[in-house]
Amino acid sequence: MTTARIPLLHRYANPAAFGRLSARVMPWSIGATVILLALGVYFALFNSPPDYQQGESVRIMYVHVPAAIMSELVYGAMALAAAAGIIWKHALADLFVKAAAPLGAIFTLICLVAGSLWGKPMWGAWWVWDARLTSELVLFFLYLGYIALVDAFDDPQRGLRAGAILVLVGVVDLPIIKFSVNWWNTLHQPASLMTLSGPKIYGSMLVPLMLMIAGFMAFFITVVILRLESELLARRIRGWRTAAGDE
Amino acid sequence: MSSFSNFLSMGGYGAYVWPAYGLTAIAFAAVVVWTVATLKARRQEEQALSATGRQRRNRRGAGT
Amino acid sequence: MTAAFHLFRHDLRLQLRHGTDLVAPIAFFVLATLLVPLGVGPEPNLLARLASGVIWVTALLATLLALDRLFQRDFEDGALDLMALAPLPLELTVIAKVAAHWVTTGLPVMVVAPILGVMLRLDTNSFLTLELSLALGTPVLSMIGAFGAAVTLGARRGGALLAVLVLPLYIPILIFATSAISAAGEGLSPRPHLLLLASFFVGGIVLIPFAAAAALRNALE
Repeated sequence: MTTARIPLLHRYANPAAFGRLSARVMPWSIGATVILLALGVYFALFNSPPDYQQGESVRIMYVHVPAAIMSELVYGAMALAAAAGIIWKHALADLFVKAAAPLGAIFTLICLVAGSLWGKPMWGAWWVWDARLTSELVLFFLYLGYIALVDAFDDPQRGLRAGAILVLVGVVDLPIIKFSVNWWNTLHQPASLMTLSGPKIYGSMLVPLMLMIAGFMAFFITVVILRLESELLARRIRGWRTAAGDE
Repeated sequence: MSSFSNFLSMGGYGAYVWPAYGLTAIAFAAVVVWTVATLKARRQEEQALSATGRQRRNRRGAGT
Repeated sequence: MTAAFHLFRHDLRLQLRHGTDLVAPIAFFVLATLLVPLGVGPEPNLLARLASGVIWVTALLATLLALDRLFQRDFEDGALDLMALAPLPLELTVIAKVAAHWVTTGLPVMVVAPILGVMLRLDTNSFLTLELSLALGTPVLSMIGAFGAAVTLGARRGGALLAVLVLPLYIPILIFATSAISAAGEGLSPRPHLLLLASFFVGGIVLIPFAAAAALRNALE
């Protein structure tokens, strides 16, 4: 069987081939991650102004906002991959969803914890039922639900497929949930002058913010490639074990 | 020296800013360590299994 | 269509045969609601503010109770395989089962809720809206719950997992139902909230059977 006849993407469902691709990409990916995060943190902590109202605590924004953005982007990417897996039945697609989920959950958790640490000095409470934080908390449970569901099946294929369907239902429901939580929040909170997204973002604040967002994205790409290779290997190992057991 | 301690205290918000960055760093590091460790272990296991698999196949081929 | 109706009636008769199975969700609904005054004190103004939320939350949880058995029995004895192969589309099968589930949970909740409302000092203006919100909302709870039951079919510890998956999806219904009731209590019109609930109902009927059927086929392969 010549490799020329295997469609491009399907070739990379083979862990060895994927491993070679990942080895070529990794140095760039790791380099980008380190540089962007280092620059981002430098600008965030050393080279950007404190906020007029919030003082130095605004620096938490440079961690909270990228984490929030990534938590949503990753879920969207998972939904796209889930759809691709169902439509084209490509192994890489379903495994991408599984590989990405823990990363999405961690971004969500960072967003929640950083938001909490930001909220305490600003609003005087460790937890505030702010619309964004509450929606993030729900998103966190959507991630946990996916992870738990996929792991709860003895047959991994079945688990991946069930998870894919769950993610698709979740991605349809996510805007509805956010809309409803936003609605609930405006109903029950007196008009608040400060939102956690902070005051108007000035140019000097935009640079560290963009760097941090890019850095988080590079981090995600780096780690998800590693996790994807890991999942492919796990699948190959199960195949070997089953074959050995047949004898 | 005093500017460093000013930096550490972050205008009084130090107790909030540093844990935020610190926990992020720890979370990132933890997931990287976990991922790489699992990947290495699986790579080794796959090598081992495919080696014995090939041995078995060669033995069977020789036996028929 | 008549095949779906027959399935609905058959399922209903099966559920009604095991009478005690039916009582549990309703008993839970009443008991859990009654725990709240015992927990927070009987002060009427406090209870009145909590009433709509408490009734809806316990209704949510009571709906969850009956869910993991929705497809389990048919899955285990092979009836689900037959349903998947039958000429009746699996999506309609799902609707029939959801309807039977609702008759045995959502409907009794609607009957008992006004009594609980009285005990929790719910505002008199709110009762009609309470019933309407339950009428529109509980079928959606059954639908989303059915999806959860379908997607956890064959999973280990499906019961607890089901709750984790389904409760986040319940949140919009909870929010709009309770804000409808609050609006009515303040003399405002609950129509916009109820219309939104109605749109969830319609959207659910259209979309959920496909998602649930896909999950069932996955479990049956």
